[in-house]
Amino acid sequence: MDKNARLYQQMVHIRQFESLLLNQFSTGIFSGTTHTSLGQEANAVGVLSHLAENDVVVSNHRCHGHFLAYGGDPTALYAELMGKPGGVCGGVGGSQHLHWRNFYSSGVQGGTVAMAAGMAMAEARLDSGAIVVDFLGDGTLGEGIVYECLNMISLWQAPILLVLENNHIAQTTPAHLAVAGSIPERFEAFGIPTTHIDSSDILEILPLAGELVHKVRSQRTPQALVIETARLGTHSKGDDTRSADALAELWQTRDPVAIQAARLPEVERSAIDQQVAAEIRAAFDEALAMEGGQA
Amino acid sequence: MTQQPATVLQSLNMGLEQALEDDQRVILLGEDLLDPYGGSFKVTRGLSSKFPERVMTTPISEAGITGIAGGMALRSLRPVVEIMFGDFTTLIADQVINHLTKFNAMYHGQGDAPVIIRTPMGGRRGYGPTHSQSLEKYFLGVPGLTVLAPFHLMGDHPLGLPGWLLDHAITTTTSPVLFVENKLQYLLKLATPADLTEFDVRDASKGSGLPYPFYQLSLRSAPAPQVTLAAYGYMAKLAMDAMTALAYEQEIFCELLVPTQLAPFELSPLFSSVGKTHRLLTIEEGTPSSGWGAEVLARTTETLGGGLSRAIRLGAKGVVVPASPQLEADCLPDTADIIACVQEMV
Repeated sequence: MDKNARLYQQMVHIRQFESLLLNQFSTGIFSGTTHTSLGQEANAVGVLSHLAENDVVVSNHRCHGHFLAYGGDPTALYAELMGKPGGVCGGVGGSQHLHWRNFYSSGVQGGTVAMAAGMAMAEARLDSGAIVVDFLGDGTLGEGIVYECLNMISLWQAPILLVLENNHIAQTTPAHLAVAGSIPERFEAFGIPTTHIDSSDILEILPLAGELVHKVRSQRTPQALVIETARLGTHSKGDDTRSADALAELWQTRDPVAIQAARLPEVERSAIDQQVAAEIRAAFDEALAMEGGQA
Repeated sequence: MTQQPATVLQSLNMGLEQALEDDQRVILLGEDLLDPYGGSFKVTRGLSSKFPERVMTTPISEAGITGIAGGMALRSLRPVVEIMFGDFTTLIADQVINHLTKFNAMYHGQGDAPVIIRTPMGGRRGYGPTHSQSLEKYFLGVPGLTVLAPFHLMGDHPLGLPGWLLDHAITTTTSPVLFVENKLQYLLKLATPADLTEFDVRDASKGSGLPYPFYQLSLRSAPAPQVTLAAYGYMAKLAMDAMTALAYEQEIFCELLVPTQLAPFELSPLFSSVGKTHRLLTIEEGTPSSGWGAEVLARTTETLGGGLSRAIRLGAKGVVVPASPQLEADCLPDTADIIACVQEMV
């Protein structure tokens, strides 16, 4: 499989995982809530493709895509979302609180930045050579602790890549009602070198993220990457107040899966779709067959 | 250690030094920690000179440094955070309640977060409403959080009990600890056996499986105690003063129980004492509503039922702590208040 096909496959893997999850949510198999990353798959794959074995990833409430791109097991993730003992965290964590190997996520906005900053400082002190990648969103920028931590990340030169996925909407609140001023300049104000890209194209995000990961790793200093992106799905399960027209336009212009699909011959694309669908279905069925879950 | 500590402050300082010496993973974070200042209350004095790489002064970012300490701990460091005034623990509540204490459980046993958060509570210094409170009650009962408070004993510990307790917590805990100090307690002389000629002191944790010391103080050669006093930290010192005054001046005899672990609540030595006296006075410097004493009393009642005949919770008045020395003294519980409560009970 060539590079284009492999990147497509990785993104479709996330897309199909989350599509099946949303389709099945109403059946009552899953409990609680979930936040899918439809439309943001290129960020997860584009950044995490560059990680080394010991690197650490910190994600937020919208973490399934990051977890799967990190190499997380879809069966264990489905089982976690079903609340089963065989899940990633035994069903205790649920959708937003995952930890496997060096991947961590948590559900309180802003606190994950502190956690990631501390981890990067620890890796630096322990001289492990590892770096930390921290995903945050535009909504997270309302939390004060983010700025406390940007200050200390810069003061203490922590080896961290801060990836801000600006999907322009926080739950139902558009960014223009919640974020004043410039997002890149927030990082720059603290002396953190910042790269800004407006793209949903994996072939644009991948090399840029590669350069930044390399810089953090070789210079042992922080970098920020601000990605203008689009959330194509709802915030959680059915809470989207955007107009159908606005969403249709986003699907037409900002779908990373479609952008990459256009680069593949129809036969190859279709074969990948079918193979991934079978794998995802098998993961779902395997999780469903596990013990435990529903009360 | 070349010399023995004389005060609680010295003991805590030596405990920190010992922990830094014993474990390279220990790192101190806090505001204004560096020498020559050495921290607002001087608990870290000298340490940045001896361990310049591992004592970090920080911006005024209590939430941030606590959260960062959590991340450090998840990646195998043992951070110790100083919060300059206990009042500012409100700023770290989200980090303690929603982050540090959650990691291990929500990550299914794969998220040890050995963070020690030290902070001085308490008033009697005229610092006013936002620098004088005892807010530890808000952190009692947080699942996964251990709350410790030192007692001013020299005991048989080379570091003194406060320093030993701190060193032990830093180097052995696998979960977050809030270590509650007290501004006036810093200045207390460590009580040696020679200083305690009036008391029989027993560590009731020995042989009972409790992880941290739980002291039982009775008056030497006195008749059976009539009232059980429960107190910790600086209030335990005031309770000792009240005990001797009550015995000498009024022939009322009390027994004092002093836990060093406030939470999780492990009160079996206290239940044994109240089982004999049937009277319990809880003493805390914070406001008593939904406080430490309320929980102690509830648990005692659950355990002893009708075996408890009289109880009082003594604490600060339910108002802000005033700056004026006279108004502050009226607000906070003192030895005279303890004596008055005991008199009311017998």
